[in-house]
Order: sequence, then C-alpha cells, then structure tokens
Amino acid sequence: MSATAPPAGTREPGAADERLIRTSPLRSLLGRPELGSVVGAIAVFVFFAVVADSFLRAASLSTVLYAASTIGIMAVPVALLMIGGEFDLSAGVLVTSSALISSMISYQMTANVWVGVLVSLLVTLAVGVFNGVLLTRTKLPSFIITLGTFLMLTGLNLGFTKLISGTVSTKSIADMEGFDSAKALFASEFTFGEVTIKVTILWWIGLVALATWVLLRTRFGNWIFAVGGGPDAARAVGVPVTRTRIGLYMGVAFAAWISGQHLLFSFDVVQSGEGVGNELIYIIAAVIGGCLITGGYGSAIGSAIGALIFGMTSKGIVYAEWNPDWFKFFLGAMLLLATLLNAWVRKRAEATR
Amino acid sequence: MRTQRTAVALLAVCALVVVAGCSSSGGKEAKEESAGSGGGVPAATEKLKIAMVTHSGEGDTFWDIVQNGAKVAAKKDNADFLYAAHKEGKEQAQLIQTYIDQRVDGIIVTLAKPEAVGDAVEKAVAAGIPVVTINSGGEFSRELGAIGHIGQDESVAGEAVGEELNERGRKKALCVIHEQGNVSLEARCAGVRKAFDGTVENLNVEGVNMPQSTSSIEAKLQSSRDIDSVITLGAPFAAASVKAKAGADSRAEIDTFDLNADVIKQLKAGEIGFAVDQQPYLQGYLAVDELWLHKVNRNVIGGGKPVLTGPALITREDVPALEKLTAAGTR
Repeated sequence: MSATAPPAGTREPGAADERLIRTSPLRSLLGRPELGSVVGAIAVFVFFAVVADSFLRAASLSTVLYAASTIGIMAVPVALLMIGGEFDLSAGVLVTSSALISSMISYQMTANVWVGVLVSLLVTLAVGVFNGVLLTRTKLPSFIITLGTFLMLTGLNLGFTKLISGTVSTKSIADMEGFDSAKALFASEFTFGEVTIKVTILWWIGLVALATWVLLRTRFGNWIFAVGGGPDAARAVGVPVTRTRIGLYMGVAFAAWISGQHLLFSFDVVQSGEGVGNELIYIIAAVIGGCLITGGYGSAIGSAIGALIFGMTSKGIVYAEWNPDWFKFFLGAMLLLATLLNAWVRKRAEATR
Repeated sequence: MRTQRTAVALLAVCALVVVAGCSSSGGKEAKEESAGSGGGVPAATEKLKIAMVTHSGEGDTFWDIVQNGAKVAAKKDNADFLYAAHKEGKEQAQLIQTYIDQRVDGIIVTLAKPEAVGDAVEKAVAAGIPVVTINSGGEFSRELGAIGHIGQDESVAGEAVGEELNERGRKKALCVIHEQGNVSLEARCAGVRKAFDGTVENLNVEGVNMPQSTSSIEAKLQSSRDIDSVITLGAPFAAASVKAKAGADSRAEIDTFDLNADVIKQLKAGEIGFAVDQQPYLQGYLAVDELWLHKVNRNVIGGGKPVLTGPALITREDVPALEKLTAAGTR
C-alpha cells in the first residue's frame, strides 16, 4: 500500500507521532511500484542502443513508441483492474469486436462513420458492464467469467462478420462520410521536427495521466486499492465494491474501444480473427510495470513502462537484425531479464526503508 | 427509476444519431446494385454428402474462398457440403474420424501436417471413402491413398515470385512470415530465395496483431534501407506493409501472395506491385467436383498427378476484371 497519496500534513519533523513523520522525496520515489521497471526500461534501451545501429534514430524511436502505445493504451486499464484484484481475458478480442461493430454498423446502414463509432462505444461498454455484473453477482473468479466472454466474443466476431459481410473481413469504409475526421482522431500522425508522432501515443499519455490522477488523487482510486487489497475489509468500511469492479471493467472496455477504432481507421477494413492472445500481452505489460497478480499494488505509469519495455524489445530485436527464427526466444529472455531486474531493484529499495 | 430514464435517453440518442448521420458516399447502399449468382438446377445424380477438413485458423479470408467454391460445386452436384477446421494436426485427424463415423461419401483434406493427419486419411480410404487432398502436401497425397490432389506447390509459387523480382530488377527482398513455424509459409520464402538472384531476408511478425505487424515491418525497413521489395505471404499483411513503407519512408515495392478486395484496390492505386494468386476457389470447387466425378463416372482429374491451381500472377492490368469477384469472395 505504498502507492497512496503522500501524507498531506506539514508538521515539523521530529514530532512525537511516528505516523506523521515526513518521508524524504528520495525515499518516497524509491517506494514507487514502477521504480524497478524504470531501471529495467533504461537497461533495455541502453542494450539495444549499443547492439542495434539503427535503434537510436529518431524515426526508429517513433516506431518503437507507436508499438508501445498500441499495447500501452490497453495496459493502463488492465493495470487498474489488476490493482483491483481482477483479470480480463476478453480484453484482446474485445478490441477486435469494437472495431468490427463500428465498421459494420456504418457500412450496413450506410451511415456516417461516427454513428458506428458511437454505437460501438455503447456496445463495448455494455460488454464491460456484462463482465463486471456477472463477476459481482456470481462471485466466481474473474478468470472463468472473462474466459467465457473471451470465447463467446471470438465466436461472435467471426459469426456476425460472416453473416453480415459474407466474408471474414469487413468491407472498406474509407470512402464514407466522417471517415477522415474519425481517422484524424484515432489513427492520424503528425511530424514534430524530425519525428513522426502517431496519435495513439497521445491517447496513451492521456490515459496514463488520467489513470494516475484517478489512482492517487481521487476517492475512486482509494477504492480500487482497497478492493484489490481485501474486498471484505473494503466493504466493511463502506467501499462500494460492486460499483468499483464494474467501473474497472468499463475502463477496460473504454480502452478497447479506443484501440478498436484505431485498428479500424488505420486499415479501414478489419479481420475478424484478430486479437486472440493480445490479452496476455496487456497483462504482461502491467506485471512488468510492477502490478501484483494478487491485486492491491501497482501503478498506471508502471504499465506504461511495461508496454515501453515490450515495444523496445520486440522492435529492438528487428533493429539488431538477429536471426528471425529465434525471435520469440529473444523476446521471452529479454522480458524475463527486465522483470528480474525489476524485482531485484524493488527488493533493494524496500530494504533501504 | 433513474437508470430507466437514462436507458430511454440513451436509446433516444442512438435513434437520433442513426437517423441523422447518413453517409452519402460508400457503404452498403452503394454496393447494392446487381449481384447475380449462378442458380441452375442440381445434377440428377443421387444425393451425396461431402466433408472438408482443413487446417485453417478462425476467420481466414483464404479458407472462406475455398469454402465458397466448394459450396457452389456441391450445389451443382446435388451434394451436402460439410466443413470443419482446426489449426492443430491432431484435432484435424479427430475431425476426419468423425466424418468417417458419419459415413460421408467423400472427404476433402488439407495435408499441412501430413504426419498428424496421415493415419486418419488412410483409415478413411480403408473404410471405402474416397479422399481428395487440397492446398498443401501434394507429395504425400498419393502414398496415403487419396485419389487426387488439387493445390499450389508452395515452392513453385515462391520461385514464380523470385523470377518476377528478377524481371523487375530487384536486389534485396524481405519475406514477411506471419505465422512462425508454418511449413508452407517457409516453403514460399525458400522458393523466392531459390529463384531470386538477389538476397532474401525473412522476418517473423505477430499475425494476430496488425499494429505490431506493421511496426515490426517498419522497424525492419528502417534498419535495412537497401530492401527494395517486401513480399508478404497473406493478403492482409500487404496493407500493413504499405503502411510500414510510408512510416519508414522506404522506396521498397510491396508484393504479396493471395488476394483480397483490399489488395485489388491497392494494386489499382499502384501501392502494390503484383500479387500471386493460388485460386483458392478452384481448390474447393474442383475437389468437390472430383469426388462427384469419381462417384458417378470413375474419373480422375490430373491422371493421379497433383493438379496445380497456381501461381497466377496478378498485376494492375488484371484489376478491372477481378474487382467485383474479390468483393464477392470468389477470387
């Protein structure tokens, strides 16, 4: 529980009560959950800067940031959910569902694409509510509930797409009204000096900032930590556990909607079979970033660092031009090393307290 | 009470945006002009039951086209068409077994994993059910007792691409593999490498994650600036490569295996140089027809040798003739 807001009182140091002792900024920095992952990220960065010639170029860095942002957007709410003590295995395919709904609604009704985008938001949030309500009503593990939604969504994605489009991918909506403005919001890019910045990076930063603010500065943030730390105790002191959990699943759904719209508007067609397996990558990013699998501990910034480590590693291997047959091995090994370093740093930081 | 009112308000908002937000360009209405499908009267032969078992993953455009071909042929031949697929060889073998148990009149099988599926194919043959193999694994077809094979030789297709690259004066190609460890994808890249005078590099990408695939290709194009051709092994990855090319500011030409509506559009726009089609529709259509011909007339297509459905090289000139067909899911 070290990641709550620092004590607000400004009593003189050395006052009688030990609970009111002020911690030095360095101390509190060392206690942050994402510290270990920051060290891991720096290590990965330095490593690839040395072994891969083209890694340090501005264009390469923007590619890496883009790769990290598409994972990072989803890793933020997944991290919050994990702090709240739950999983969402349906997060990967929900992204695809969201894109498919948006595309097919617009196309089939020959409507402005913004109609599809909004309907998709409502339906995606409804899936989040469904997960949350089912979880809180049945009291079954979230692993089982969302495994069910994951499989159902996978089937629905394919079934509906074939039923409606006749093929396994949607029709192009690139020539429809509203496409350009929607693309500007979800899949545009702009150059900043020499660097091309994809708009997903802004979404990512925005979500991280929002989630950090919610976690550390609002009552809802305290509820998340409380629910993840011990739901029964939280309920006993008056935390609305049910609403908090449903809210967290809606958060995942919201980010899935953003990612889904990005998928749709960057390619203008959607393959219905995509997304399977990505849910694990989001969880991995959150865990590398310092979230505990058991809940009650973690941070949104950590999930961003985790996504960055994943992005740097997966693209760094390409820049380093290592034998592609070994790609997955290198990826796994690098992630394991980064996580080990993370754990080691955190242990050291805790020991100095 | 409050939730009810919110729900009503939400519905009203939905209805409003739906009514108000019509698109005057594109969409379904623009497409709904003519869609004549070949009806016709089915053959007067006895009703057959033909099953197909493939190694397709879920939601793969390619296998969808194969099925479309098979369904049309089945209708014409007065046959019921059954379809099942699983990525894993072992599961595929079990699916074949269920069709043997159902005593169907013919089975169509892909041999992507011949060692896992082989036993089940031999069992079907032993049970007196004729088997036709399609797509990959043509060299195993005969020894397993199948009456014929209809498909594309992956290395021949790869070589066709290599030769085309030579003709276009390319020096260094990137072969993008979207499913690591898939034998037929590796064979395609190997074929390219064999016939191409320049060098070929392989790149593995995460096929189920388009943004990650795009950024990986982009990273490769940034690190190897001398790559002048990108070969993708599936149609959706051609679009990803076009994006990656723009992102990396590369001058490489994108070429691809297999077709879809998007590839046709980009061929037309000059974003893609050429596509290699293996005519999946033919694989489904001919396989059903071969089983029917075998049943009613004891015919064997191809005289026991594999029948090749590809490679067919498609460039910008072929686009006008193919545009409607890819949209309909038959090319």
